[in-house]
Amino acid sequence: MRPAWLVTKMEDLAACPCCTVGVGGKGFVERTLLGIASFFKEAIFSEEIARAPGFLQHLDPRVKLFSFALFLVAASLMKKALPLLGLYLFTLLLASASRITLGFFLKRVFFFIPLFSGLIALPALFLVPGEPLITFFSLGGFTLAITKSGLSSAFFLVLRVATSVSFAVLLVLTTRWPQLLKALRIFKLPQVFVLILGMTHRYLYLLIALIEEMHLAKKSRTIQRDGLRKEQRWVASRIGFLFGKSRRMADEVYQAMISRGFDGEARVLDTFRMTRMDVLWLGLSVLLFVLALWIGGIA
Amino acid sequence: MHIPDGYLGPQTYGALYALMAPLWFWASRTVKKTLRARQVPLLALGAAFAFVIMMFNVPTPGGSTGHAVGGALIAIVLGPWAAMLSLSVTLVVQALLFGDGGLTAIGANTFNMAFIMPFSAYSIYKLLKGKAEAGSKRALFAAGAAGYLSLNLSALFTGVELGLQPLLAHKPDGTPLYNPYPLQIAVPVMAAQHLLFFGWIEAVVTALVVAYLAKTDPALLEPSTREKE
Repeated sequence: MRPAWLVTKMEDLAACPCCTVGVGGKGFVERTLLGIASFFKEAIFSEEIARAPGFLQHLDPRVKLFSFALFLVAASLMKKALPLLGLYLFTLLLASASRITLGFFLKRVFFFIPLFSGLIALPALFLVPGEPLITFFSLGGFTLAITKSGLSSAFFLVLRVATSVSFAVLLVLTTRWPQLLKALRIFKLPQVFVLILGMTHRYLYLLIALIEEMHLAKKSRTIQRDGLRKEQRWVASRIGFLFGKSRRMADEVYQAMISRGFDGEARVLDTFRMTRMDVLWLGLSVLLFVLALWIGGIA
Repeated sequence: MHIPDGYLGPQTYGALYALMAPLWFWASRTVKKTLRARQVPLLALGAAFAFVIMMFNVPTPGGSTGHAVGGALIAIVLGPWAAMLSLSVTLVVQALLFGDGGLTAIGANTFNMAFIMPFSAYSIYKLLKGKAEAGSKRALFAAGAAGYLSLNLSALFTGVELGLQPLLAHKPDGTPLYNPYPLQIAVPVMAAQHLLFFGWIEAVVTALVVAYLAKTDPALLEPSTREKE
């Protein structure tokens, strides 16, 4: 894992707009480097939160996964706004109990991930037919007005998305990836699938580091932009090269696995242990699930 | 094109999960038969590769950049069944780890991007390429068309799934409970951006990468023969 100073350094490097500048802003090389830098930064940050001594971090990952699946289903089924708002406030409570600062959490949920749901909800104010609340203008047969049902469906969409995304973010932020993977077995996923997920995650970082090197190399050799065709061909050649490389690596990894006794079956050491807190939490979440659907109604 | 949590009602995401389950089962059986134990690292690296395709910014006319989804490319180089498993793994990792696409919507997102896209791309590529050489103009055209059409098909399905929500679930007064836009809006909006912009990026990337592979390592373009070595 890269230390934080290196990540900021990389970002500085990537942000330098001196070369391969596109019309009106950064060139494709900078954008890719920036994307990679923020990817690594994000990964390090998540890891730090997952290691912090908070409430959700202490739960058995299987119990946590199961309870969060219940909450997500409840959030997707409820049809009354007020109980849904209650469920949303519950996520804020969980966040602060798990040492996630509220500002960061809100930013992550509302700004970082579903930016587009805020934007998507906006036209619904006008487009969903219903009783007009505020009329802007009326021209012939066309009326531009915020409708009552438009307002309520926009509010509802944002609330539902925010609640679901909050639960998803909490789950991911407070659980380390290897543990989350092991916990996936409660959904009866084949062991080999879990093994593939784990390996994908590991090689992901390797491939991204390779892409970063390619782009830094390109950046350091560039004094002027190439034509569009040539640049596109360069990107395509790097994608193709990366595929060849992953293909060869897959063979090598396979040989290495065979020589270490891999026989096609995946086995995992089970180290989970349920505590009294887990049992308590499990009971509470089932209760909450039933309560949420009872008060919130089923869509 | 990743659908987040909260846009699809339980009938839709539940149905798409139920639809994907036998496909995953069938795919893992098919892949097991052809790739045997090699499948584990190959699918893992295939999935990691599919993930990182989206990190490449591709320059477009006018100085802006976009990125490809890579579903068509993966289907051409891995074959449709392995592509489906790899892309599903990619989408699960994206949803679980990076918040791209909702957890409840994994079934829907894998249906659109890991089933519709690779299978349509693979059939279009095979059909248009015919018996042409791997690096020939016709094969490259086939790859580009496969990229363009499969992305648009997958966007169409996404638009339909979103557009069905106001019909499937609403309050007694007609207020929609999930995605509020009906088919007449959701489908054209999804279609327009992919027909006009993203489809072309997908086409260019798919064709150019296939051209590069045909020139440097043509064996990589034959997923089925390679495994028989």
